[in-house]
Amino acid sequence: MEQKSLIKKITGSREALLFCILIVLGIVVTVLNPTFFSPTNIAQIFRNNAIIMIMAVGMFCVMLTAGIDISITSTLAFSGMSIGMLQKHDIVQSTLLMFLIAMVIGCLAGFLNGLIISKGKVAPIICTMGFMYIWRGMAYVVGNSSWASGEDVSQFAKFGKDGTVGPYIILIIVYGLFFVLMKWTKFGRKIYAVGANAEAARVSGINVDNVLISAYTIMGLMAGLAGALSVSIYASAQPNMQYGKEMDVIAACVIGGVSMSGGRGTIVGTFLGALILAIVAKALPLVNVPSIAQNTVKGVIILVVVIVNVVSQRMIDKQNLERREM
Amino acid sequence: MSDSEYILELKDITKIFPGVKALNRVQFQLKRGEIHALMGENGAGKSTFIKVITGVHAAEEGHMYLNGEEVHFKGPKDASKAGIAAVYQHPTTYPTLSVAENIFMGHEIIKNGMIQWKEMNRQADELLSKLHANFKSTDEMGALSVAQQQMTEIAKALSTNAKIVILDEPTASLTANESEELYRIVEKLRDDGVSVIFISHRFEDMYRLASRVTVFRDSQYIGTYDVDKITNADLIKAMVGREITDMFPKPDVKIGEEIFKIEGLSRTGFFKNVSLSVHAGEIVGMTGLVGAGRTEVMEAVCGITKPDEGKVFLNGRQLKIKKPSDAMKEGIILLPENRSTQGLILTWGLGRNVTLPIQKKLAKGFFNDIKKENELARDFLEEVDTKAVSIFDPASSLSGGNQQKVVVAKALAQDNMKVIILDEPTKGVDVGAKAEIYAIMGELAKKGYAIIMISSEMPEILGMSDTIYVMCNGRITGCLNREEATQEHILSLSMEHNDKKREAAQ
Repeated sequence: MEQKSLIKKITGSREALLFCILIVLGIVVTVLNPTFFSPTNIAQIFRNNAIIMIMAVGMFCVMLTAGIDISITSTLAFSGMSIGMLQKHDIVQSTLLMFLIAMVIGCLAGFLNGLIISKGKVAPIICTMGFMYIWRGMAYVVGNSSWASGEDVSQFAKFGKDGTVGPYIILIIVYGLFFVLMKWTKFGRKIYAVGANAEAARVSGINVDNVLISAYTIMGLMAGLAGALSVSIYASAQPNMQYGKEMDVIAACVIGGVSMSGGRGTIVGTFLGALILAIVAKALPLVNVPSIAQNTVKGVIILVVVIVNVVSQRMIDKQNLERREM
Repeated sequence: MSDSEYILELKDITKIFPGVKALNRVQFQLKRGEIHALMGENGAGKSTFIKVITGVHAAEEGHMYLNGEEVHFKGPKDASKAGIAAVYQHPTTYPTLSVAENIFMGHEIIKNGMIQWKEMNRQADELLSKLHANFKSTDEMGALSVAQQQMTEIAKALSTNAKIVILDEPTASLTANESEELYRIVEKLRDDGVSVIFISHRFEDMYRLASRVTVFRDSQYIGTYDVDKITNADLIKAMVGREITDMFPKPDVKIGEEIFKIEGLSRTGFFKNVSLSVHAGEIVGMTGLVGAGRTEVMEAVCGITKPDEGKVFLNGRQLKIKKPSDAMKEGIILLPENRSTQGLILTWGLGRNVTLPIQKKLAKGFFNDIKKENELARDFLEEVDTKAVSIFDPASSLSGGNQQKVVVAKALAQDNMKVIILDEPTKGVDVGAKAEIYAIMGELAKKGYAIIMISSEMPEILGMSDTIYVMCNGRITGCLNREEATQEHILSLSMEHNDKKREAAQ
């Protein structure tokens, strides 16, 4: 009897289900490669995926409003290149200032997305596609056919270099902040309301346009932050940095149970989704999956997790329906 | 063909959904060429029953006979092959396709693997002219009115040579004229030998059309009656299981000072020069045909759309309302017509829905005061007496009537409320819940709120309003007080202008 209620609890909560998937994944990987879960390896996983994880928080906000942003890695490249060039030409050297500049650039980019999407009623994927080209192009323009090497950014790279706690602290702050923001504040409730039913939210006195602009601005902020972090962790700034990684960010959210149609998902789910993706990416070479097959395996795993997710959501809906009085 | 008296007969049908018995050994008999009304409260099992007939759901138990022979439908295709067609309340159409494409969806006329457009359009036009439709087979579906879309659905049923046509609340979104048109079509179907099952909450529909009525209650069969032998009171009793002595509990309220006034409000293309005033404790009814501009006026008042000119006064002070939150700050609360798209967030719990507009007021700084919110939600939901188990139940788990009560609770939670605007408050709500909503409106009037009720339903307009404004083509064509208002008078006011315009055009 008790076991039954435990099963119900697990199928009744997507986060619990994701956690189970994570554990099963962990066991499988450990059996195949017992040394996988060493402290250094785990630290590596978080450090290598900090950028994806941070942007997943922004993507989570945007997807909650039933939107999407595919311009993020371009924003990342533009902000990253901007601070890279500032260091290369020795204009600014303060680490804190670097982060601030990158984040301001990201905010502006996100704000523009939000403005065009909310006021101009442009479909999010179209609008952000435009900026995807624009910011990537701008990243090349500010570099003027050059890039910032490890030497150029050596001072700044100390923040994110292997063995430092900087990236982890940023991760903890971002996730902690947004966990509270989405769960316990007016703002979080507004984002969920707009995503679940924008029309009802509007009639309830919520300024839908402002909520949309905020969501995309948050996304931009996260992309800018990720841009700075990326320069610091990889000790270089190149115009093509993190090219194509926006799909990993979206995949992390989708695995985490964030609905593409809006209004559904949690920050914990997003975190677990990003973590599952990160472990898969790290584990595949270590368990001897040939490198040419890795993308295929990754795709299959994403689909399997999403299907499990969909089935569990249906079970939750069904449980709700069973309570419905007829 | 067997010569059984009944074209369709169902016996001991039981349908079980996870956790509920949606139908419990119900029976039903449809005579050849009759119009048979199926009535009952929301959730009585009517829709499930229809879905069993049309093969959407398979019943766990029971037998179904068509022309005296037992049939087993595995899916909707089987039912449609057997000559059963259903027209649903919300037309399930393809808005971007043409009328002809909609009519022949699934059974296109094909020769040599090619769709025969000319032939399809010709046949569609033939069907439409049979129904006296005023649109063409090549018109785009989305551009048609709900009534016209329903007509297309009926044409679709005819195109499959259906012998049994099921109409699920077809008049719910129609105006009086459009309903009249529908009655005519249904009668024509009957005269052509089609048997019709008609589901409706409106008694007028039943009296006007049906010869017999079957009542379901709580998933069970209650009885089948001849329409001309059963009284209104008996029928209501059969449907709700208790007597409703007073459908319209309009209290005698002393009408106070003028609270709310609209002056010369206009919005190009929607309404022109609309003026009205509401006093404390007064219930103002706004009626007219659907599309007359009633909802649009109130949406403009509440800041959902922007009027081009005109003034809105509250307690003699002119208001500047630019967005919905402005109206709410002033205490003007709208209960929108469409509960599922404007009124509630269906996936959310009831409590969350109730406190959504006031979360800002309750919040402590940046954080939501969830404890306070839950307390308030519980109080207000109790006040309107929803049948929900807890405030965490999702809104989607409630029936239409109870959802409407949650929307009322959401309005009540806004403690600065002065003017309350209810747009079709009882649309799609069953008889029992209707009476409860009227009682709540009466209570609100007693408390001295200014109430505006938009409604197309004549009985509730006549039964609940102190003053009745009639709109037609975006203008107010009449203002009647309770004593002088009659059904005929209101109808003529809602159409008069129309006729004049037509005359002028000719």
